[in-house]
Amino acid sequence: MSRASREGRTDWRLLLEKAIEGLIFVSGISAILFVFSIFLFILLEGRGFFLTEFRFGEFFFSTEWVPEAAGKNRFGTLALVAGSAAVALLSMSIAVPFGLGAAVFLSEFCTPRIKETLKIVIELLAAIPSVVWGFIGITLINDSIQRATGVSPGTNILNGSIVLALMAVPIIVSIGEDALRAVPDSFREAALALGATRWQITYRVLFPAAKNGLLAAVLLGVGRAIGETIAVLMCTGHAVIMPFDGKFPYFHPLESARTLTATIAAEMGEAARDSSHYQALFVLGLMLFGITFVINLTADLAVRGIRKR
Amino acid sequence: MASRRSVSVSLCASFLFAVGGCTQGGKAIQNTGSDTMVNLAQAWAEEYAKTHPDVMVQVNGGGSGVGIAALESGMVDIANSSRPMKPKERETAKAKTGKEPKETVAGFDALAVYVHKDNPMESISIEELAEIYGDGGESANWSDVGVKNGSPQDDEIIRVSRQSSSGTYVYFREAILGEKRDYKQGSRDMNGSNDVVELVGRTRGAIGYSGMAYKTDAVKYLKVSKKKGEPGILPAIATVLDKTYPIARPLYLYTLGEPEGHVKEYMDWILSTPGQAVIEKTGYVPLPKK
Repeated sequence: MSRASREGRTDWRLLLEKAIEGLIFVSGISAILFVFSIFLFILLEGRGFFLTEFRFGEFFFSTEWVPEAAGKNRFGTLALVAGSAAVALLSMSIAVPFGLGAAVFLSEFCTPRIKETLKIVIELLAAIPSVVWGFIGITLINDSIQRATGVSPGTNILNGSIVLALMAVPIIVSIGEDALRAVPDSFREAALALGATRWQITYRVLFPAAKNGLLAAVLLGVGRAIGETIAVLMCTGHAVIMPFDGKFPYFHPLESARTLTATIAAEMGEAARDSSHYQALFVLGLMLFGITFVINLTADLAVRGIRKR
Repeated sequence: MASRRSVSVSLCASFLFAVGGCTQGGKAIQNTGSDTMVNLAQAWAEEYAKTHPDVMVQVNGGGSGVGIAALESGMVDIANSSRPMKPKERETAKAKTGKEPKETVAGFDALAVYVHKDNPMESISIEELAEIYGDGGESANWSDVGVKNGSPQDDEIIRVSRQSSSGTYVYFREAILGEKRDYKQGSRDMNGSNDVVELVGRTRGAIGYSGMAYKTDAVKYLKVSKKKGEPGILPAIATVLDKTYPIARPLYLYTLGEPEGHVKEYMDWILSTPGQAVIEKTGYVPLPKK
């Protein structure tokens, strides 16, 4: 083979290489592009609301969400934000102990064989579509709550939280387990050499060492809980009721509630295009975007924290 | 990971374009709108296909607002709506397409008031409904309306309503509370006609409103009277047509300008005997016979 032809081939390969590099670069950049264009789109669709019906005090501090009123439309989001927060908080208080417990068990206490089986099952749990979870919520969990507490209907904050907890556990387990596995074995060996029991190793050595990763696991679970829509719409009862108030016990998990996501999903379909209601729903979307952005960013920074070590 | 996500997004986008694009050509009628009417529209399309195999009627739900928005941009031939078009929507349609939307009433839908099948209540007046559903209304418990409904914990009236953008929500408010009054907050706002009946069916203390076609064995109709003390009327075709049943509304079909060609043929068929028979079969109320 002559030298010229070999060089020709190299040129061609180099070109292909460059082309593929370019393609990968564009794919990489496109994610950023999509995020920004989505943000811009939501902002543009909702911008009319800021010019017309937006009243700061009402929007953030009123619990009255009556976007198609007989009289004056009211766009108070406090009850919706509180609903989202209540469902997220309660679901996390169920999911975090179970999720982190499972992560510790997987990474520290079980045999490799059980670990493999468990991981497959947990991934399967993550693959169940949310509408199926919603279905379980309005049938199985609804009936159990009605029987156990006597409230009716059983579609309320507790129901939605249980469903969300079940959905968030797989995320918390897999990321939590990664974080624990990232702790160098020399830590465990050193602790063992000092005579620590396995439990002492776990909560005195591993937890502090992996705390950023575990925090990220929890925050991603929270992000899931805030952003989940259809299961929450089906399970929480979808009523504009403040879950927190001044009456003991201050938080009412057996009341129905309504979340930001469910409100958008339920009302967008029939809202007249470019009406103030339609625009207000986009502003809700903007709020949601902001909330999940902050949570994901915090989680990201926390993960970056562990990588630096 | 990031790039994989973006690829799936663009795949979705191209899929949507493909679906949107494949409706061109041939004798197709695009029909989109009200969720209340989607079963009816589907039944019409199927029945029509038996006698007119050359015409393809594609039915989509999504909501009255979705249908009207699609009509405004000329994407559909017929928009189904369970509420009249708003003046602003008419203006947009005219500005965008240059044509005046034309309204056709195809039939009626009676909104039934549903309670759990074990609820001893038989009849309710519009005034009592307003006290239950209306802003500032006094009735929060079944005992307030003189009904002993099972155990004390079922005494609370669980109000089941619809999401605020639904045509059913607006119509029921106008029929029960009038033009000025709003709903009391804290009702369970369901996302579909079926969901209302379903929730009432498994909740002893619930009351809800939905199309009369959606009745199941777990719920029962309440008779409705205009004034307290008057005899209540059950929702039925006869009582809607003679206007004794007080909560019934028209079902609208909107087209851009006068319908033409195969769209006109289809609309005419809907208003003729076979089309009206479909309305009756699906549980709605046909137009009065001329």
